[in-house]
Amino acid sequence: MSVTIETPNRPRSRKQANWEKYGWLFMRVSGPLLVVLVFTHLVVNLVLGDGIKAIDFAFVAGKWADPFWQVWDLAMLWLALIHGTNGMRTIVNDYTEKVKVRKALTTTLWAVCALLILLGTLVIFTFDPCPAGASADLLASFCPAA
Amino acid sequence: MADQAVPTIDSFTVTLFVRRFDPETDQEPKWVDYDVEMFGTDRVLDALHKIKWEQDGSLTFRRSCAHGVCGSDAMRINGRNRLACKTLIKDLDISQPIYVEPIKGLPVEKDLIVDMNPFYQAYKDINPFLVANDKPEKERLQSPEDRARYDDTTKCILCAACTTSCPVFWTDGQYFGPAAIVNAHRFIFDSRDEEAQVRLDILNDKEGVWRCRTTFNCTEACPRGIEVTKAIAEVKQAILRGRV
Repeated sequence: MSVTIETPNRPRSRKQANWEKYGWLFMRVSGPLLVVLVFTHLVVNLVLGDGIKAIDFAFVAGKWADPFWQVWDLAMLWLALIHGTNGMRTIVNDYTEKVKVRKALTTTLWAVCALLILLGTLVIFTFDPCPAGASADLLASFCPAA
Repeated sequence: MADQAVPTIDSFTVTLFVRRFDPETDQEPKWVDYDVEMFGTDRVLDALHKIKWEQDGSLTFRRSCAHGVCGSDAMRINGRNRLACKTLIKDLDISQPIYVEPIKGLPVEKDLIVDMNPFYQAYKDINPFLVANDKPEKERLQSPEDRARYDDTTKCILCAACTTSCPVFWTDGQYFGPAAIVNAHRFIFDSRDEEAQVRLDILNDKEGVWRCRTTFNCTEACPRGIEVTKAIAEVKQAILRGRV
């Protein structure tokens, strides 16, 4: 015969659903990814080929004409901003004691993050490599005006 | 025999700065210095005893066993959390004064005594007892390998040195703290316990294991040498995998 011994405690009351586990996981995954993304970005832009001297409007236009670099920069933008904002949120949680201040600061953080992601994404996908009326020596070689 | 000189034992004088606070007269804690004569075998606790017994009886601190087992006399000595009864004076830099303060992050009640209730509450919240639902008719056997999984975390004496060295705990005191997680680890990884998942759910709280920033202050502070940060990381992994 087996008996069931009643659990001698009540469940913890302050427990509520939260995203902390996923936040933690995101930081662990996005961190190493960002190291690869950012350092490759730096090497490609600043070291390879003509190095830093190659960077001008045409260089950027050339890179963003390639879907590979569009996705690369998009990933870098999203991951860096969310990673950074979540890190800032952690600091806010550490240093604020009043619930209202904490709420206000984290809301501001995520609003700024969302705005920057929106603007950045917009630039990457709506970027015009051959703007009309630009002087020919600034344009990329594939532009009709160049 | 009578002519033979009795060998003298070298003694030295050390200055102790003790952070003192009397709630009946003081608004703020203040440093008070004491000179005490000590021997090479004396510990910080002996210095505090000497002050209390010979210089100022109002000095207040906790101690019970005085041999590193009961965990009563954790305090901040020269900026590090240690047990006063396990810290030899000669191991500190005695050319400088020794600074003794109450552990941080818990409300100071008097001198070196802090209110431990928030600390114990976090401990209680993780259900620090074995839960096994079958009738206890015979011994619950466990292999040495299963025992070894949580051996390290059985060493905790609840002195609070780890929790009160944690910068995340200092901020608002809401974090469960290393000691509670260590004691949860002790049951989560115990093969005889049946409520690992309940404890993992409790520690998946907003103020649970995810607030750990792996600064290793707790591991460094533990007077029992428990690898606290490692234990916290194991609990994180168990929550992520959903099993122990």
